[in-house]
Amino acid sequence: MAIVMARGLRKTFRVADKQPGLAGTLRHLVNRRWQELEAVREVSFCIEPGEVVGFLGGNGAGKTTTLKLLSGLIHPSGGELEVAGHRPSRRQRGFLEAITLVMGQKQQLIWDLPPLDSLRVNAAVYGIDDRVARRRIAELAEMLELGEELTRPVRKLSLGQRMKAELLAALLHRPRVLFLDEPTLGLDVNAQARVRQFLADYNRSTGATVLLTSHYMADITALCPRVLLIHQGRLFYDGALAALRERLAPWREVRLELGQPISAAQLGRYGEIEQLDGAAVRLLISPERLTGALNQLLTELPVLDLEVREPPIEELIGRLFHRGSVEPLPQQQR
Amino acid sequence: MLGSCWLGRYLRTLRRFWGTALASQLEYQLNALIELVAMLASLGGSLLVLWLFYRQGVELGGWSWHGALVVLGAYTCLNGLTSTLLQPNLSRIVTHVQEGTLDFVLLKPIDSQFWLSLRTVSPAGLPELLLGLALMLWAAVADQGRLNPQAVLATALVLGAAALTLYSLWFVLATTAIWFVKTWNATEVLRAALSAGRYPISAFPAGLRLLFTLVLPVAFLTTVPAEVLLGRSSGAWVLASAGVALTMLTISRLFWRLALRYYTSASS
Repeated sequence: MAIVMARGLRKTFRVADKQPGLAGTLRHLVNRRWQELEAVREVSFCIEPGEVVGFLGGNGAGKTTTLKLLSGLIHPSGGELEVAGHRPSRRQRGFLEAITLVMGQKQQLIWDLPPLDSLRVNAAVYGIDDRVARRRIAELAEMLELGEELTRPVRKLSLGQRMKAELLAALLHRPRVLFLDEPTLGLDVNAQARVRQFLADYNRSTGATVLLTSHYMADITALCPRVLLIHQGRLFYDGALAALRERLAPWREVRLELGQPISAAQLGRYGEIEQLDGAAVRLLISPERLTGALNQLLTELPVLDLEVREPPIEELIGRLFHRGSVEPLPQQQR
Repeated sequence: MLGSCWLGRYLRTLRRFWGTALASQLEYQLNALIELVAMLASLGGSLLVLWLFYRQGVELGGWSWHGALVVLGAYTCLNGLTSTLLQPNLSRIVTHVQEGTLDFVLLKPIDSQFWLSLRTVSPAGLPELLLGLALMLWAAVADQGRLNPQAVLATALVLGAAALTLYSLWFVLATTAIWFVKTWNATEVLRAALSAGRYPISAFPAGLRLLFTLVLPVAFLTTVPAEVLLGRSSGAWVLASAGVALTMLTISRLFWRLALRYYTSASS
C-alpha cells in the first residue's frame, strides 16, 4: 500500500504579467494582465513506505510546488492526491502529525532564542509529553551531533548548525513521511555530508519515507536509489538513478592529450568527437566499445595523457533539458 | 476526556508561545522600556485634549467630564489590548505571507487562526489596559457616586464583546494579505478610524455617527461599554454587542478558511 500517491496531479497559478519601466508599472497598477502558469501537469507516481526518492529538475520545474501540494499547503487544481491515508489539502490533524516539510530557504526556529525554546513550542503544539520530548531531543541531537548549540541563540549559530537544528525541530514529532526541499542548500561540503549521513541513518532506523529535492547531485546519488525527474511541470522519468544515467548517457567520456594535433577525420574512427582543441580531445565512446577503442587509441596515437569518466548526472540532465527533447521516457518497471 | 486533552494541548501551547515571546523581548530590554514610555505619553495626550475641551466649558455630545472619561477609559483599555495582543500578532500575518513562513504555521496540527492570533504577547501594553480599566471605574464612581455590581458585570461582558469585535475586524483585514500580500495600510486606516473611539459617539456629526455604528463598529467598542457602566443603557445593547461580536468572529473564521484556499505560498 503506497504511502504517497499522486494521480493526474495538476496545479495552475495565475500570475501577473508586468512589463518593466514606469509605463509598465502604471499599466500594471490600473489594468493588470494575468497569465495562467501550469506549474504541475498531470503528474502521477506512487511511493512505498520506507523509500527514499530523489526529486530532480531545474529551477522552476515544479518540484517545490509538488512538495507543497503533497504537504497540503496549497490546493491542487486537479487530480488525486493521498499521503499517509489522507487528502493533504484537508490538513487534518492525523495527516499533519504524520508528515514534515523541511525547506532549506525558510526557517521555523525563533531567531532570538536558543533552538531548545522552539523545540519546546513544537512539543506543545504536537502534544508531545515533556519527558518524551526530552528523550527524543537527546536522541536526535546525538544523531545530528548537536550539543551546546541547542542552548545558544539561533542568530549566533552557523548555517550548518542551524540547518541541523531545523531538522531536529521538523522531526520531533516522528513523522512517517519527510518532504525535504533543498535541505543542504548553502551548506559547506562537510555539513552537507553530515546532513546526508543523518538522513540515511534516520531512514534506516525509523523506516520513514523520504522525498528529497536537492541541487547537489551528491545528495541524490548518496541517498536515493530512485528518482523522479520533472521538467516544466511534467514527470519525465520515474525509476532507478543508475538506469537514468545509462539512458541519458549510453557512453563514457574519454579525454586525451596528444603529442601533436590529429585531424577530426582520423579521430572520428574511435568515437564521437565532443571537443577538438588542437591536441586536447574529448571523445564519447559507448561502454561496450570502450576497451577496444582505448587499446587502439594507445597503440595508434601519440597519447600523452588519458582520462575516462562517467559524465556527471547533473550535466546530463542539464544537456537533456537544454536540448529541449523532453518527450517523457517510458516508465520504468518497478 | 478528549475535550480536556484538546484544551490542555492549546493551554500548554499558549504557555510556551507567551513564554518564548517574553524571552525574545527581554533580549531587547531598551525596546520594551521605550514602548512603555510611548504608551504613557499617548494617554497623557488624550487626557490633555479632553481637559482642554471641558475647561472651556465645551460638553462633548452631552457627556459630562467624568462620563467622557469613562469613554476614554474604555478606549485606553482596548488600545492596551491592541498593543498587547492584536498589533504584535496580526501585523505579523502580512510578514508570514510575504516571506512564506505561513507554511510553518499551516503545517502544524493546531488551529492556524489560534496560532496567528495568539502567538506572541507584548507586556508593554498591559499597564495601558489596566490603566484604562482603572480610569473607567474611577470616572464612573466620580460621575454616579457609586457603582452598581450588575452594571460592572454587564460592562465586563460588553467590553469583552468589544475586544472580540475589534479582533475579528482586524483579523479579516490582515487576512486579505493572502491575496494582496501588502495590507499594512488597511490596518493603519482601521486603527486611525478606531481612534475616533476616544470620544463619545454622540460628539460626532450625524453622518459619522452612522458610519461608526453601522460600518465600523466604533460605537460598540467604547461608547456602549461606557453607557452600560454608567447605567444609561438597556440590556438590549448588551445583547446587541454580544451578537455583533459573535457574528464578526464567525465571519473572521469563515473568511480565513476561504483565504487559505487561495494561498499560493511564497516560492522558496
